[in-house]
Amino acid sequence: MAARLARIRWGTAPAAARRGPLVSCRRWAGASSDTVYDVVVSGGGLVGAAMACALGFGAWDHICNMRYRAFRRMQVWDACSEALIMFDKDNLDDMGCIVENNVIMHALTKQLEAVSDRVTVLYKSKAVSYTWPYPFSMADSSPWVHITLGDGSILQTKLLIGADGHNSGVRQAAGIQNVSWNYDQSAVVATLHLSEATENNVAWQRFLPSGPIALLPLSDTLSSLVWSTSHEHAAELVSMDEEKFVDAVNSAFWSDANHTDFIDSAGSMLQYAVAFLKPTKISARQLPPSVARVDAKSRILFPLGLGHAAEYVRPRLALIGDAAHRVHPLAGQGANMGFGDISSLLHHLRTAAFNGKDLGSMSHLTAYETDRQRHNTALLAATDLLKRLYSTSAAPLVLLRTWGLQATNAVSPLKEQIMAFASK
Amino acid sequence: MWGGRKLSSSGSRFLGAHRSPFRGTQADCPRLTTSAAYSKNQLSWTLQIKPSVFSEYRSMCFKSYSMTFACLNRMKSYSLPWTRPYSTSRTTVDSSEVKTFLALAHRWWDEQGVYAPLHSMNDLRVPFIRDNLLKTVADHQPGKPLSGMKILDVGCGGGLLTEPLGRLGASVIGIDPVDENIKTAQHHKSFDPVLDKRIEYRACSLEKIVEETAETFDAVVASEVVEHVIDLEMFIQCCCQVLKPGGSLFITTINKTQLSYALGIVFSEQIAGIVPKGTHTWEKFVSPEKLESILESNGLSVQTVAGMLYNPFSGYWHWSKNTSLNYAAHAVKSSIQEHPAPAEFALKEETEEVRIETSTNSGVHEELKK
Repeated sequence: MAARLARIRWGTAPAAARRGPLVSCRRWAGASSDTVYDVVVSGGGLVGAAMACALGFGAWDHICNMRYRAFRRMQVWDACSEALIMFDKDNLDDMGCIVENNVIMHALTKQLEAVSDRVTVLYKSKAVSYTWPYPFSMADSSPWVHITLGDGSILQTKLLIGADGHNSGVRQAAGIQNVSWNYDQSAVVATLHLSEATENNVAWQRFLPSGPIALLPLSDTLSSLVWSTSHEHAAELVSMDEEKFVDAVNSAFWSDANHTDFIDSAGSMLQYAVAFLKPTKISARQLPPSVARVDAKSRILFPLGLGHAAEYVRPRLALIGDAAHRVHPLAGQGANMGFGDISSLLHHLRTAAFNGKDLGSMSHLTAYETDRQRHNTALLAATDLLKRLYSTSAAPLVLLRTWGLQATNAVSPLKEQIMAFASK
Repeated sequence: MWGGRKLSSSGSRFLGAHRSPFRGTQADCPRLTTSAAYSKNQLSWTLQIKPSVFSEYRSMCFKSYSMTFACLNRMKSYSLPWTRPYSTSRTTVDSSEVKTFLALAHRWWDEQGVYAPLHSMNDLRVPFIRDNLLKTVADHQPGKPLSGMKILDVGCGGGLLTEPLGRLGASVIGIDPVDENIKTAQHHKSFDPVLDKRIEYRACSLEKIVEETAETFDAVVASEVVEHVIDLEMFIQCCCQVLKPGGSLFITTINKTQLSYALGIVFSEQIAGIVPKGTHTWEKFVSPEKLESILESNGLSVQTVAGMLYNPFSGYWHWSKNTSLNYAAHAVKSSIQEHPAPAEFALKEETEEVRIETSTNSGVHEELKK
């Protein structure tokens, strides 16, 4: 499964680590004693592992030694019209990187081993229940969060970080409201082999009426596929034989079956107007490289939906990643938002620790929440809007989005703003 | 309200002067009866526990401090038995203040409660202390910047400032005259094994520990305390005595200005309820100039004075150039042993005599301890 990343910000290991040695215990199995942990991260996926690593410090170096791909350009276009939008930097610098999920996981696991003096990883363990502390009390109740594991052992911690995905057990146990709905779509992911080796530094995405299909470069000959479509179609795609699958992918990118004359002429009209006003940049539609075959057993599917937690934090609790927000992959921002959460939370925890503060104190946790909710809500809303806009082939909406896309494409400063926001 | 304040302030001056025996004061100032009785009970309790030690302490203390004050000179010839009820000449603790804080002893750790402004003040005072102490060391552990330092937190209350200092690696002793506060503080730190080891709490006043802890602390912190003590001069002297040469004294307090009366007393206590009523007495507020002069005269060189401003709407504190409300001060004890400048030059010879006596008596005191 590939994850699209615009830019990973936590590049080099941070210098002066002005924090106390944190024992971050990531839950995946194990036992413990009477110690009180500074932080416990519940959930060992991409974001959970990254948080544990970040609390221990630095993993980018490992990724660089494995497979990843920088991309320079991104083309996004509509199946129902000629409209397209092209993102690139003026001097054709790298816009970002595509890194596969398992590559990141591997790097993080390696890094966790390196910081094992500060971070304890419990593999194959499951949290059964959580006990929250009272707001403030003189009674003999413990002020820490208690996590009961499957094997009966109990972990005590000053701060629990919930990174356990969109069905977060931590969030449910805390009783935090979650606004969510399911899209009638599932995403199919696969690793594809291209017909011929090419420079492969462009990311492609086409909006079909059934959902967007995206091709992301991984190497000169490999690309990653993310195809969001209806549940039935997705199930079909995953179970059909490889040749038919490859054909389906190619035709999804190349076929103009969804074009209508009306929209085409309306589109060209605006195109002339734009060319008249701003004759400098002409984005001619290019075609993505054709696909030859698919990696055996690399096809998987997962359902899509939107989710947003009403609160990201409670006393001694913070939610990060999909536990806090779940988004459609059409903009490739899901994991990125998670990494953004990590970066922000880390920054606030660092300052708090350097001020000798109790890590579970609401004052800095609310600052993290405000920080991220502002950013994430905007992105979530925009992604949801785009998804709905592009899920139809009704003429008025197609016209709207065609003109909208063409207009946005013509306004470079706007595109730069979009790229900057996605790279945060 | 004014009348009440005047009464208590005149009362405290009255106590300090000791011009008439105890029974006389009862008749003149009925309002002070309960507080006087409180201190008396406290005193007699202490006396019962360690009579012999106390009498040594008392006489020695008597001699070393009485020199500094003209009014206290009279007490030298005052031969009262050791069950004398008022120890105010030897103490910085104001018993009426003790009563105010007793009522709120269990509310210390509610971050959104009555002590919320003190919790958020940590955002200013912890970095203030930390950064100024870091200047004195060449290198430090990244995780524990204050490790290896011994700090005394005077008037620690529920341990709001003591715990962050402990988390930063320092060994801290927190003292407070209110028993309930110490109980709250003890209870709160008991859950954290690391803090439990690094912090020690004691329910006592500063004067009581001066002897055993002379020149042992790298830093003394008196945050939001000096506006509650009776005898500021003596308080500063005690702070100086327990500091190592070159050690730092950190004070945060409230300035005595019209603005601090209007905002600090009228608005904060009576109108907005930001501070519990009766917490502060405007007469006891100290201006930075007065504080500086007391510090300098006791061999403490003032390094920084910075204003602090509280925003009651956001609940946050900010540094400010304006010191007319709250301010923080950092002073350093001179490394070379200097005689503190006496209030009257005529007493200089006597002061030296007292020093010799003090050292003899402290030797006796230690023997008694053993």
